[in-house]
Amino acid sequence: MKEILSGNEAIARGAYEAGVKVACAYPGTPSTEILENTIRYREIDSSWATNEKVALEVGIGASFVGARSLVTMKHVGVNVAADPLFTLSYTGVNGGLVLVCADDPELHSSQNEQDSRNYAKFAKVPMLEPADSQECLEFTKLAYEISEKYDTPVLLRTTTRISHSKSVVNMGERTDLVREAKIEKNAAKFVMLPGNARVRHVVVEDRTVQLSKDGCSMPINRVEMREGKIGVITSGIAYQHVREALPEASVLKLGMVHPLPFDLIREFAAKVEKLYVVEELDPFIEEQVKAIGIPVIGKEIISICGELTPGRVRKAFGLPENAATAVEKLPGRPPNMCPGCPHRGVFYTLNQLKAYVSGDIGCYTLGFMPPLSAMDTCVCMGASIGMATGAVKVLSPEERKKVVAVIGDSTFLHTGINGLMDMVYNKGAATVIILDNRITAMTGRQENPGSGHTLMNDPTNAVDFELLCKAIGVKNVRTINPLDLDECRTVISEEMERPETSVIITDKPCVLIKREGIFKAGAPLQVVEESCTGCRACLKIGCPAIEWVPSSGKKGKAHIDPLLCNGCDVCSQLCKFSAIQEAK
Amino acid sequence: MSDKVTNIVLVGVGGQGILLAAEILSETFMLAGFDVKKSEIHGMSQRGGSVVSHVRYGKEVFSPMVPEGEGDILFGFELMESYRYLSLLKPGGAVVVNDLCIAPPAVLVGQESYPADMALKIQELCPDCLLVDGQNLAIQAGNARAANTVLLGAVSKRLDIEEKYWIEAIEKMVPKKALEVNLKAFEMGRGLK
Ligand code: SF4
Ligand code: SF4
Repeated sequence: MKEILSGNEAIARGAYEAGVKVACAYPGTPSTEILENTIRYREIDSSWATNEKVALEVGIGASFVGARSLVTMKHVGVNVAADPLFTLSYTGVNGGLVLVCADDPELHSSQNEQDSRNYAKFAKVPMLEPADSQECLEFTKLAYEISEKYDTPVLLRTTTRISHSKSVVNMGERTDLVREAKIEKNAAKFVMLPGNARVRHVVVEDRTVQLSKDGCSMPINRVEMREGKIGVITSGIAYQHVREALPEASVLKLGMVHPLPFDLIREFAAKVEKLYVVEELDPFIEEQVKAIGIPVIGKEIISICGELTPGRVRKAFGLPENAATAVEKLPGRPPNMCPGCPHRGVFYTLNQLKAYVSGDIGCYTLGFMPPLSAMDTCVCMGASIGMATGAVKVLSPEERKKVVAVIGDSTFLHTGINGLMDMVYNKGAATVIILDNRITAMTGRQENPGSGHTLMNDPTNAVDFELLCKAIGVKNVRTINPLDLDECRTVISEEMERPETSVIITDKPCVLIKREGIFKAGAPLQVVEESCTGCRACLKIGCPAIEWVPSSGKKGKAHIDPLLCNGCDVCSQLCKFSAIQEAK
Repeated sequence: MSDKVTNIVLVGVGGQGILLAAEILSETFMLAGFDVKKSEIHGMSQRGGSVVSHVRYGKEVFSPMVPEGEGDILFGFELMESYRYLSLLKPGGAVVVNDLCIAPPAVLVGQESYPADMALKIQELCPDCLLVDGQNLAIQAGNARAANTVLLGAVSKRLDIEEKYWIEAIEKMVPKKALEVNLKAFEMGRGLK
């Protein structure tokens, strides 16, 4: 059957066809849709974990008792999962285990541009890299075979343009269950205390050597000879750009990017006049080819930063570029928090209180943008609380009061909770605001342990944040309505004054929440023209539903788009002239 | 079937139904027997950011991205965003654009103004430009939200693909209850000159 699938959908399909029984992930763009698609197959138990390390551990558990498992995450998630990954490389698997890591060259929605291929080399684990959706499906299946044949976890690397681009795919059937899950004790393999690990390390090194040899005859590493004199070694999406921009070039297309098939590379190099490596981000292949003594051109002509496009490849090879229509500079269009978003009032208050805001990853990262401009740092998932602890350690008592950490519900459960335990334990005197919007919003509204539903849509226990914080030892825990600006101001300033850890929890859901009955939009508001003095106070919250009409009145007036307004009522609290009221 | 790849660039603002339109385009081309690739950037896009999707079809398509200056059709859902991405269009390429302005944040708060005469400027740079009053036509078809299907109809007119494939794709991708309105909207768009 033929269908157009995204890379992510094709990986989910591949896992299904490969007989996978357990799939676990923490959502992260561009990897998220893989698990949102495995739930189409009831044979796979799919779940969101609290973070990537836990997701991998769930996958390892299933693998050790014999089932095939799939674990997915974005590139920065691999940093979180690195600890179990490196030792899993030593233990190897029982049922095949594939870890998909989705890189994001060009940082379309990430905080750094790291190249996960380095993890394959560092953790000594083979890595496959598909170049379109068809290969996403096939390589996923192949990855399970390699995993079991070579007794190793396998990394499957995608990039945004593979995960989120669609192409035509021929689908197959699910293989009948490869293995039954059952307990098999084998401590020498699965208990990595030093004595056992020393033995396994030798196995790991032999495995890499063997894979490098066998890779030379794997069909996924293929030589395509063409008329041109130049040869290009490439993989993944870069292969497609090379085919587009350099149709005459001979190509060594690598489907396995670690370990490299060195003999095949030598053979290819001998057949072409001039050798290039075209790869996104790091000179990962290039450096290894140079290390075996083959001269090759790579990063001299292609940037280490950003993603490739057919145009960038053409430019690198000195080919004429297409004429592009020049256009004048335009106002940018960055993403913004939604109309009625429960976080807007909190950020407005923090800005007014001149807080030093230690921020985190999620929708609330958007709080850094003007006019809210209420975010001073943002490093990685869960870091806001730990960083606040660090800051109050060294600030003067006066400055200390300004430190406020903000973190979303999912991010708090991801790794923020560890930071909070540390803050309490080490007597960090900062204020922590948990912006509980009851869903993992930024990645597209995934359930989490605070939302009360599983990925497969079963109702489940919902974490009680208040009790949880108390159990950790936070004495001052308060819950506020973030849409009430007075309440925000009073409570946040009181807690900022307090010389000990305090936690404030907001209790309004994300406006995009899918499940019914959780978010209720209020009636849209309107600006009463006669009362609007043009003071611009309501513009300070940056709600996309409020538009400034410069041509109206003497100084201009505000206007609310009734189709966008969710009636949260925050703007009317800012208007001293009662000009914002419920629409009649 | 010629070897030439046809390139379509869809642009607009998150929430306008661009991704669905791109899905319908891709599905149509696949049904008509072509190789198709589609690429887009989303993630934060549902929060009002700028959205671009590339759809390419032909005998064999390699990169999922339309190379700069090789777009055959720019399919725009909003005027300023269409103007912004004109550089992807080839000289003489066609533009089908919704006659609609959505103010970005800096304009909403009165810091910058929405650039004047966007439609005129697009027409000046691209003489082959069809300006579609998508909103009103969609209301006539029965639902203001079907503007993207009106536009799709107008785009379909410029591509040499049998109508039955378009209909089949729409039937497959659009939810049952909205189907009738969308088929009507599509026909209205297809009828535009
Ligand atoms: S998705 Fe939810 S949490 Fe994110 S900006 Fe919108 S309302 Fe706020
Ligand atoms: S009530 Fe005001 S702030 Fe809230 S969504 Fe409507 S316009 Fe925006």
